[in-house]
Amino acid sequence: MKRVGHSIRKIDGLMIATGKPVYTADLAMKNALVVKVLRSPHAFAKIVSMDTTGAEKLEGVECILTYKDVPNGRFTLAGQSYPEPSPYDRLILDEIVRYVGDEVAIIAAVDEKTALQAMKKIKVEYEVWEPVLDFEQALGHASVVHPEEDLYCNFDIGLQKDRNVASSSKEEVGDVEEEFARCSVVVEDVYYPQAQAHAMMETYRAFTYLDHTGRLVVVSSTQVPFHIKRQLARALQIPATKVRVIKPRIGGGFGGKQTGSVEVFAGIVTLKTGKPAIIIYDRKETFSCTTSRHAMRLKVRVGANQDGIIRAIDIEALSATGAYGEHAATVLSCVGHYTLPLYNKTKAVRFTGNAVYTNKMPAGAFRGYGATQGTFALESTVNKLAEKLGLDPTEVRLKNISKVGETYLTGQGVLLGSSSLERCIEKGKELIGWKEKFPCRNIGNNKVRAVGMAITMQGSGIANIGTASVELRLNDDGYFTLLSGATDMGTGCDTILTQMAAEILEVPMENIVFNAGDTDTSPYDPGSYASSTTYLAGTAVVKAAEELKQKIMDQGAKFLGVSSQDVEMNGLVVRTFRGQEISLAKIAELTVLGTGKLQLVSYVTHGSEISPPPYVAGFAEVEVDQETGKVELIDYVAVVDCGTVINPNLARIQVEGGIAQGIGMALYEEVTYNERGKMATNSFMQYKIPCRKDVGKVRVAFEESFEPSGPFGAKSIGEVVANTPPPAIVHAVYNAVGVRINHLPITPEKIYMGMQKL
Amino acid sequence: MQITLTINNKLVTWDVEKDEFLADTLRAHGLLSVKKACETSCCGLCTVWMDEKSVLSCTILSIRANGKKITTIEGVPREAEEFARVLTAEGSEQCGFCSPGFIMNVLAMKNELVNPSEEEIIHYLTGNLCRCTGYMGQLRAVKTFLGVGQV
Repeated sequence: MKRVGHSIRKIDGLMIATGKPVYTADLAMKNALVVKVLRSPHAFAKIVSMDTTGAEKLEGVECILTYKDVPNGRFTLAGQSYPEPSPYDRLILDEIVRYVGDEVAIIAAVDEKTALQAMKKIKVEYEVWEPVLDFEQALGHASVVHPEEDLYCNFDIGLQKDRNVASSSKEEVGDVEEEFARCSVVVEDVYYPQAQAHAMMETYRAFTYLDHTGRLVVVSSTQVPFHIKRQLARALQIPATKVRVIKPRIGGGFGGKQTGSVEVFAGIVTLKTGKPAIIIYDRKETFSCTTSRHAMRLKVRVGANQDGIIRAIDIEALSATGAYGEHAATVLSCVGHYTLPLYNKTKAVRFTGNAVYTNKMPAGAFRGYGATQGTFALESTVNKLAEKLGLDPTEVRLKNISKVGETYLTGQGVLLGSSSLERCIEKGKELIGWKEKFPCRNIGNNKVRAVGMAITMQGSGIANIGTASVELRLNDDGYFTLLSGATDMGTGCDTILTQMAAEILEVPMENIVFNAGDTDTSPYDPGSYASSTTYLAGTAVVKAAEELKQKIMDQGAKFLGVSSQDVEMNGLVVRTFRGQEISLAKIAELTVLGTGKLQLVSYVTHGSEISPPPYVAGFAEVEVDQETGKVELIDYVAVVDCGTVINPNLARIQVEGGIAQGIGMALYEEVTYNERGKMATNSFMQYKIPCRKDVGKVRVAFEESFEPSGPFGAKSIGEVVANTPPPAIVHAVYNAVGVRINHLPITPEKIYMGMQKL
Repeated sequence: MQITLTINNKLVTWDVEKDEFLADTLRAHGLLSVKKACETSCCGLCTVWMDEKSVLSCTILSIRANGKKITTIEGVPREAEEFARVLTAEGSEQCGFCSPGFIMNVLAMKNELVNPSEEEIIHYLTGNLCRCTGYMGQLRAVKTFLGVGQV
């Protein structure tokens, strides 16, 4: 293959790297009103009175909106396909505020200074209520976070508002208790994966204006333009045809921008004033007034035979969704959905869980989406099982993992189409030096080095829900335009989709213009989430390119006076086997212009009935100082099965970046609050994402498989790479000093205190 | 108040507020490569040069730039593109939002350090955060650019 499988530079790479003005804030009109939000100082309160007169009198203040000034229909900010499985529990502004940072008033002024001055002049009186701060106390707490009557779900997600349950989930095959009774070994434990901040470099932002026909145009740093359009129409109570969402370049998202955190505030200002408006969250708001990964408590039981065959798995989850239920139901169910299929020698499996409301910042989508938390808990338990059985943990995996052509209990009979997980484990063992290093070595000076491991899976798109549409055109000049709704957020999908089209059409990539991210002109695509784009949009591109190629050959043959069977498309010409040829440019000219009247276009909508899992085997080597508990990550090896690798360099960076986020979750990052429910970690001074000294050495290898249902055999890669570091590093620390860290992150204090109890 | 300074080799006189930060002033004058991402001097995205040395423009008052020579990536297009070609060949710009500040610091390092070791490179650049790439690809690119061997 000429394009696919090659490390081609991103088509936008040089422009973004050298700082050209292509991001949201760079494109905003200079006269846009600056939008600021007054926020609740209380975790749970009712607004008794508000006085905005002083603020409104200030010169330069354009409007101040309170809950009395905004539409009163509830909606969700979760960017999901309709009907969204997230409760409609939000108002643009509500009389009740549900966390410290919840929106109280929207201020729009000619500049930031004036807006901030106005904010100080707004007087609010609150009736302060008892908040629900501990998610383990939320179920049945005396305070009900969402007492409102008009709370609404599109379908049953197990919401019980009086008990603070946003969603509950259950998946069971076989009789788990009966199976545990038959197991010779049963291990169990309780795990606490923490809330993690996305900490993308470009904070949340959008600007809005009315176009020449009075429609609301929203330029937003979002992963989900089409969902934002639908969400705004609902929230602002205007027809969806009145909204256009444009996504320029995005400075990272990681799932954060799958939730519409800011668009509605700028949107309503523009609707109310008729003027352009811009909202840019600062880092503090980005940390404390958007979303994070769901903190969870996970109880896991794994039962096995003496030979290490896993017979039963039981996972019980409690997920903290915070003040609003964005992604509550789906992140919860994905905990089981992306862990139980790993091991298929089981006779019974069960996943049960509740997502509970609290008076803390809402949780939302975050790369890994429940699989991250579930993997930490299940893989830690499997490592514990291996130890109890006296088996090598890699051998336990190799004995139990699902293989190609097999089914698994919760899979409804679907056969696994591709997996190289076995090879990933073997390769990882070799790269980390497992044989020599497992479990640990004393290296003197009171320091111990040890290794640990974990495996993980994710999906590729959402089966039977996710779709991708693309349109491919032969333009009048012989060049192509590929229109897609895919939402590149730095990941490089604009590039790999162009690669795929170029591969099929056998034309240079430069001959294809890639156009996406505008709900007025792009074909529908749910957006950049659920590890969808390569697998779904990629397949749509392949189909569209094949269809267009055939049309071009048919048309070329017609112009050459031969039948379609007698021509091939090669380079930029259609040629007969006897050497007559016609260029694409000429075909384009003759079809688009003048007498042709038939521009050659293909259009494909693709969805998949399955969501083939990509896999990672992760291996960590740590050095622990036994005197202080200080842990240093020496080496991390990730071996990845993403099917066919479309662009090796871009895939490698995805892996390295995902592993680094996983390392952050394992060792450094935690969203914490004070006793009144105010976030303590609201800047990079308190919230530590890894810097380049913190990640040690990350090494990546690919073990390609071939997924029959994917484009060129490809599966996904974006999310699966975030999942292995927490369990693998926890395992390595345990192997070093015998302390099992079940509350993430691992800190020297926890290790040291744990060592005192041994 | 008015300040007079050299921006990318051009002498300019600008009106600034007394509490205005340099990053905002630069952006207001169309130098949109300058990004802000933390407001606490932690992330390195706003890196520009003041008299050839890397500084964090989001926490430097604009009045402090009076009489100084400020360089943004717009002022070193040839050198920036040279390194950007290496960086993007690795795919390690990813979202690109941190790249301009990062590139300015890499170029400053190239001017300052002779044949740096891997440890010195990491130390020099440690104030430039990146959430996308995990830093490995950036290190490969820097080493290729400096011709100091591969990871």
